[in-house]
Amino acid sequence: MTTDSVIEQARQSERKVIGRGLQLIRRQIGRAPRQFALGFAGTALYAVMTIASAYVIGYATDEVLIPAIEAGEVPVASLVGAALLILGVAAARGLGIALRRFGAYAAQYRLQQRDRTDVTDRYLELPIEWHRRYPTGQLLSNVNADVEAASFIAAPLPMAFGVVVMLVITVVLLLFTDPYLAVVGFAVAPAIATTNIFYQRRMRIAAASAQRLRAEVTEIAHESFDAALVIKAMGREDAEVGRFGARSDDLRDRMVDVGRLRAGFDPIMEALPTIGVLAVVLVGAWRVDQGFMTEGTLVTFAYLFRLIALPMRVFAWLLGQLPTAIVGWDRIETVLDETGTVEYGATALTSSGGATADAATVGYLYPETETADLADVTVAPTVSTNGERRGIESVTLDVPPGKTVALVGPTGAGKTTVAHLLIRLFDPDSGVIRLDGRGLIDLDRDQLAGAAALVFQEAFLFDDTIASNITLDAPFTEAEVMAAAKLAQAHEFIAELPAGYETLVGERGASLSGGQRQRIAIARALIRQPRLLVLDDATSAVDPTVETAILEGLATLQTTVVIVAYRRSSIVLADEVIFIEDGRITGRGTHDHLYEALPAYRSLIDAYDTDGPT
Amino acid sequence: MTRNTIEEEVAARSGALGTIRRGLALSPELRRGLAGTVLLALVATAGKVIIPIVIQQVLDVGITEDGVDMGFVTLMIVIALVAVVVTAGATGWMHLRLAKVSETALSGLRIQAFRHIHDLSMLHQASEQRGALVARVTSDVDQISRFMQWAGLMIIVNAGQALMAVAVMLVYSLPLALTVVAAIPLIVLTVRWFQTRLEKAFLIVREKVGRMLATLAEVVVGAPVIRAYGIEERVRQKLGDAIEDHRASAVKAGGLSASFSGAGEILSAIVIAAVLVVGTIQAVGGHETVGTVVAFLFLVQLFIQPIQTFGEAVNEAQTAVAGWRRVLDVLDIAPDVADPGPDGIDLPHQPLGVEFRSVSFRYPKTGETAEEASGTLALRDVSVVIEPKTRVAVVGETGSGKTTFAKLMTRLMDPSSGTVQVGGVDIASVRFRSLRDRVVMVPQEGVLFRGTIADNVLMGRPEADHDELTNAFRRLGLEDWLGELAAGLDTQVGERGTSLSVGERQLVTLVRAAIAGPELLVLDEATSAVDPSTEVRISRALNQLTAGRTVVTIAHRMSTAEAADRVLVFDNADLVQDGSHSELLAAGGIYGRLHASWERGTLESG
Repeated sequence: MTTDSVIEQARQSERKVIGRGLQLIRRQIGRAPRQFALGFAGTALYAVMTIASAYVIGYATDEVLIPAIEAGEVPVASLVGAALLILGVAAARGLGIALRRFGAYAAQYRLQQRDRTDVTDRYLELPIEWHRRYPTGQLLSNVNADVEAASFIAAPLPMAFGVVVMLVITVVLLLFTDPYLAVVGFAVAPAIATTNIFYQRRMRIAAASAQRLRAEVTEIAHESFDAALVIKAMGREDAEVGRFGARSDDLRDRMVDVGRLRAGFDPIMEALPTIGVLAVVLVGAWRVDQGFMTEGTLVTFAYLFRLIALPMRVFAWLLGQLPTAIVGWDRIETVLDETGTVEYGATALTSSGGATADAATVGYLYPETETADLADVTVAPTVSTNGERRGIESVTLDVPPGKTVALVGPTGAGKTTVAHLLIRLFDPDSGVIRLDGRGLIDLDRDQLAGAAALVFQEAFLFDDTIASNITLDAPFTEAEVMAAAKLAQAHEFIAELPAGYETLVGERGASLSGGQRQRIAIARALIRQPRLLVLDDATSAVDPTVETAILEGLATLQTTVVIVAYRRSSIVLADEVIFIEDGRITGRGTHDHLYEALPAYRSLIDAYDTDGPT
Repeated sequence: MTRNTIEEEVAARSGALGTIRRGLALSPELRRGLAGTVLLALVATAGKVIIPIVIQQVLDVGITEDGVDMGFVTLMIVIALVAVVVTAGATGWMHLRLAKVSETALSGLRIQAFRHIHDLSMLHQASEQRGALVARVTSDVDQISRFMQWAGLMIIVNAGQALMAVAVMLVYSLPLALTVVAAIPLIVLTVRWFQTRLEKAFLIVREKVGRMLATLAEVVVGAPVIRAYGIEERVRQKLGDAIEDHRASAVKAGGLSASFSGAGEILSAIVIAAVLVVGTIQAVGGHETVGTVVAFLFLVQLFIQPIQTFGEAVNEAQTAVAGWRRVLDVLDIAPDVADPGPDGIDLPHQPLGVEFRSVSFRYPKTGETAEEASGTLALRDVSVVIEPKTRVAVVGETGSGKTTFAKLMTRLMDPSSGTVQVGGVDIASVRFRSLRDRVVMVPQEGVLFRGTIADNVLMGRPEADHDELTNAFRRLGLEDWLGELAAGLDTQVGERGTSLSVGERQLVTLVRAAIAGPELLVLDEATSAVDPSTEVRISRALNQLTAGRTVVTIAHRMSTAEAADRVLVFDNADLVQDGSHSELLAAGGIYGRLHASWERGTLESG
């Protein structure tokens, strides 16, 4: 996206901001009504007491200070009274401020909590296909940054309400006190407001393009550091520094632009209230001269201007937050409006031992889109550059109970799709998949999860202990955990860790190697004693000898096993091989048979096995 | 944010001034024109005391019992307006100077840190730290910028404003000034009481945010696993707890911060009430005028408000300084694999052999430099000589040391002890330019950069022309493949090369190596499976690429080992076997075992 389009976008959003902004404000107040009520009550108290404090100062000048000087003696009673009045009003004002800010905080975090919970509830319910449509980063930032952005209006909202109250009271008071002072008020307040709005608009555009460049700088750093080994090996450091430096300097120029804007507007915004006070003093002195006003009233309004001019910035703040808040809200709504869920049946499975799995004329095509954008649902999704839609077509297979079947085929042939469909990670477009002869879609959720387990190619571990990662907090005994780990060839390395099974694996299991993570993921499946176990290239990072040991261990169980495999040593352990090419099954039989009969199969196996720098 | 960085931050807070000093020393540009900027800041703050002075003058001199001297009042207002304009000008100029100086210096720092990080071998050794290293050149530097133009400036301006207010008060009235100053201990105690609690409360919030974000990430990234194991309820509960913990801690900190604002209000009222009482008593005695007392009511505001925000600014500044410290700490790590520069020598123009002399390598733990490394021993006392133009296969299980061996041979890392010689010279004394020209490593996964195929191949030798490019493809037998691509050499490979298949990316990296024309080629054999036709192309290209060169291959396939002149077997950081395939096979041992597990597959297939 170019800078121009960023600016254009900012301008367009400006037009929609107020209408959408009001809707958002209504929604958010409705979602945290008690917290906002507290904030508004606090702000009302604060507004009234702010005006009162200016009056108290004027009263103290007119009724205590000046008479005392004229009388030449200290009026103890009225002086103490005035002092107590100042303290009392300040205490009430302080309470108002505290309640206002506390209400704003409470509302803001309540809103975040509700949206986060709602959005993640949708995440947990929406079909996996939906997840695939969006980049991980976007789903994450939706539940983090977008939710936060939408809630940020909670902070300035009560304050803005308070300022409105103060302005209304001040205008009324000015009109009743002195029409000439009122003119000053009417001139200064709009000037402050207009400057603010103008500044915010310019600033938003400048900040947006700086933000864009900042993202680019981050992207280059990521890409460059990820490829560090290659850059080093090719001596490309200087070229990389040049690439990064150019963008960094662009960012610097943008940031100086932001600084220039700030340098232009900040002083004006600070000067305007001061000019207002000076105008009050000038007009006030003239009115005092004409006998329409006392010195105390002059002091009151000079003080009042000082007190309310600063809070007027809150409107600029609120207006500044609105566009980001609206974008955040739009993205949240995109997720919340998604209606898809996975429906489960109520059928139970009655048999025990290895399960029968079968698929009849199953077809599934991946959605044509590669990625979608939560921000703008109307934007045409990017179509994969390869053009072809991947998936499977009319796949029919059956796996007898207790047998091991290997799915073999070139990359992208559809092996993983079949593996995922077998445990109902998602549903096929056409055809039926059954477990023990019962359609997967009719099965009860827990029955299905208890009977069939899938181990993914990417072993995903939770930031928890090894034991919890195996049990997933289901009630298994220590002995069961250990037995599963032994079967997965994981016990040995776990036992060598200082904390053993209680070792924390870190975020996504970062403290373990790829092969170790895969073995824990296998133990996680095995402990559930699934009647159907699907391994989707789940041992890719494990050494061949260990892999063989795992597969040989599995053969001793009653479990039915479906394995997506590449290595010959794994494939030969299967009772039967299903060969998949371009989404169709093109061969089926023992490895020996296929190797003899199918040239395509033979060349694939040989390619993985024997070719190399010879 | 992890718990680790919170601890770092606490530590950093103690040494904030030291960090700033170090930072300024490293970016001397930051100090350029500093005196002028400080002067402007002083002018800017001075303007703020204008209002109380004008009000005092108007009340005491302008308004008398005989009426109002409008001429005097107007003069005062005009003078004040001039002062306001001057102040505004000074403030604007100051902001502009700060923005220019700090953004220029920080872009320089950012680039310097980026370059420096590329010189640290930890970048490719510890992939889990990459995210943190990206933060060093992005968000951490942004934080310094915020400090320079926001929190740091606020501290100076606020201090100036409070001092200025006190100075004006002293000029007006000693007793009243003392009344205000007497309140300082009360204010300081209150501010400190809140500040310590606020700091702790916000640290807890940050920790809770970190936990919550990690849990959220699990829900998104782990979605397929959660679905496959039907553990939505468990996840929902954990997530609900993490979100609620975050909310509760944030509201608690917010409540504390809200009470602080309320308390500040009451504090300033106490001072104002005291000024009124003392002022009235003084005025009755004829020591003060109405104008002075009223001016004080304004001055008190000017004095207390900066003290209140001071704590906040200091807090923010410390966080920013922690970021600065992290950048400086990275810059402090000496580049462990340094270019010998002009003192270096060039590799001889002849086929290159390799010699390892009792080489050991230990991986550094997080935070350690290569010299202090105390992590796992990856290579133990390895001595070996590889003759020029031999083909060597390196085999062993994952973590046996074979990748470390390759990285040391290409000087992507330096040994912890012992020396590596290439072509008869110590590899550490060879100029990078010469080393990268003559010794090329082809990593396992084909890593490409956004751009065209030609761009990516040219990285091997930037000065190569179009003919040389097409020749390189022809030599490796890849002309037909190039012809199949829509835009040929100009085909865009996409971000990280993702528009090409895994196998095609490998092809591009092979051409890239070929065009560089190295004497010593180190190959990390790919393990990922690709479709058979690409597989055939890769193997053909490899045959061409390796012909007539010294080739060391980290072998994942036994066929590679079988075809090699010599096989080196690594096990648990030791070089355990060395010989030809047939010799090693006869000897049994580790190689025999590795071979057998592969053999089982082939033999059964008949």
